[in-house]
Amino acid sequence: MKTQSALEKVLAAGHLAVTSECGPPRGALPDKIKEKAELLRGYVDAINVTDNQTAMVRMSSFAACLFIGQMGLQPILQMVTRDRNRLAMQSDIIGAYAHGIDTMLCLTGDHPCFGDHPMAANVYDLDSIQFVQMVKIMRDEGKFQGGDEIQNPPKMFIGAAANPFGDPFELRVARLAKKVKAGADFIQTQCIYDLDRFEKWMEGVRDRGLDEKVSILAGVTPFKSVGMAKYMKNKVPGMSVPDELIKRMSGVPKDKQPEEGIKICVETMQRLKEVKGVRGFHLMAIEWEQKVPEIVERAGLHPRPLV
Amino acid sequence: MITAEQKPIQEIMEYVRPYSRILLVGCNECVTVCAAGGRKEVGLLSSALQMAFMQEGKVLDVKEMTLERQCDPEYVEELAGSINQVEAVLSMACGCGVQEVARRFKEKPVYPALNTKFMGASERQGVWAERCQGCGDCVLGLTGGICPIARCSKRLLNGPCGGSSHGKCEINPDVDCAWQLIWDRLKALGLEKRYEDIAPAKDWRASRDGGPRRIIREDLAS
Ligand code: SF4
Ligand code: SF4
Repeated sequence: MKTQSALEKVLAAGHLAVTSECGPPRGALPDKIKEKAELLRGYVDAINVTDNQTAMVRMSSFAACLFIGQMGLQPILQMVTRDRNRLAMQSDIIGAYAHGIDTMLCLTGDHPCFGDHPMAANVYDLDSIQFVQMVKIMRDEGKFQGGDEIQNPPKMFIGAAANPFGDPFELRVARLAKKVKAGADFIQTQCIYDLDRFEKWMEGVRDRGLDEKVSILAGVTPFKSVGMAKYMKNKVPGMSVPDELIKRMSGVPKDKQPEEGIKICVETMQRLKEVKGVRGFHLMAIEWEQKVPEIVERAGLHPRPLV
Repeated sequence: MITAEQKPIQEIMEYVRPYSRILLVGCNECVTVCAAGGRKEVGLLSSALQMAFMQEGKVLDVKEMTLERQCDPEYVEELAGSINQVEAVLSMACGCGVQEVARRFKEKPVYPALNTKFMGASERQGVWAERCQGCGDCVLGLTGGICPIARCSKRLLNGPCGGSSHGKCEINPDVDCAWQLIWDRLKALGLEKRYEDIAPAKDWRASRDGGPRRIIREDLAS
């Protein structure tokens, strides 16, 4: 074991892991984050806490992770390179680790133009691959990025994202290979709707043996409505939503659409379970955390293993 | 070249409103090429200002000059003969030219008539696009001659983010994804393998993060 991470333990024991996410509130509202996290208790192995998701200011991931940790749940600290330079990132990482946070997800982050501060300076001192590399060197060599020694270095279980649906497609396996080379321990993918393209990507991943080197958690997000499905298809860059799914969602009356969305999500998970190299799921029920237990149960992933 | 665009006329008018005699100085280099501050634009702005003030019942006396290079002390010196006849200078050079004039003539207020934009190239008639951010440690040799710092919206050095879609950048479908361009070019050159080398964290000291930069050529410096 590289770390004390609960997620690492679940994966090492050979279970399909389940993670989900909580978006922190847009204000000093500790109860909000606690309520959301409480809904997930017993149904997921760890909870991602987003970092100024879609470039909107929210309570910091670090602070929200602390609340979740105090509840006896396992937070995953998400961090984007958009808002922090390497000094700020490293100090937050050792700070988080000092508070018992041992799992993190290293991201570049959406461009500020999508959020509520499009006028902000963007940082991007590092890219996500250099970020992973930095956290690995902190952990394994006990060194800061600048080269100095760290006293009691942070032992982070290191996650990164992968988007099999971004372009150019032929580069997407190579990009994963780079993240693995940089030191990623686990991967959480972009929401999967286009199973054919995902399976094609996984084929490329397996051909290079990357699935043996990194634990891939397949990302899924249930549609709440046909409107959301269309939004995902048309408005979110680097997302692939097949037309059949839009048709399927619009084929049911409005009040039945949430159930149809959950059905699609569960079916997707069942099919993904059969894909060799998928080591678990990352369930992103955006502002719909209360549905996570049901989805986890229906996908046959409850109860969660005790590790 | 350095590209620039004229400021809104209202903003320029506010700068020159307190004066009745100004020197309007163009530059014959980059800003001439991008049609923002050459001899022709000096003439146009001069008439536009005089007419606008005329409507307010004010006569503005504008002396026009266009220097070979406004960022070069040798040419800026040519203003010495006229500077005492005016109350202020309005410069149509890039920010470098404005500052050179301000440095030389310490007692004279100098105002910019342009917004200096970026180092770029002409894509087609009337269209310029950013190409270089002067990072001080050029990586074009690794990226097929396409700059990931100036042309990727997140200045990523190790490949496309998840938002790259059909060759376009996530920020705007009118913006090319630099990494799609880099990848296409590496393929065309048969250098795909190069993509998998990890580009290490950049040393931004060579860029503006290291403080204001200077080049000293011992062989030329006097
Ligand atoms: S790598 Fe640096 S020097 Fe080279 S083109 Fe890009 S910004 Fe300019
Ligand atoms: S879409 Fe391409 S150009 Fe835009 S930020 Fe991502 S990698 Fe950079």
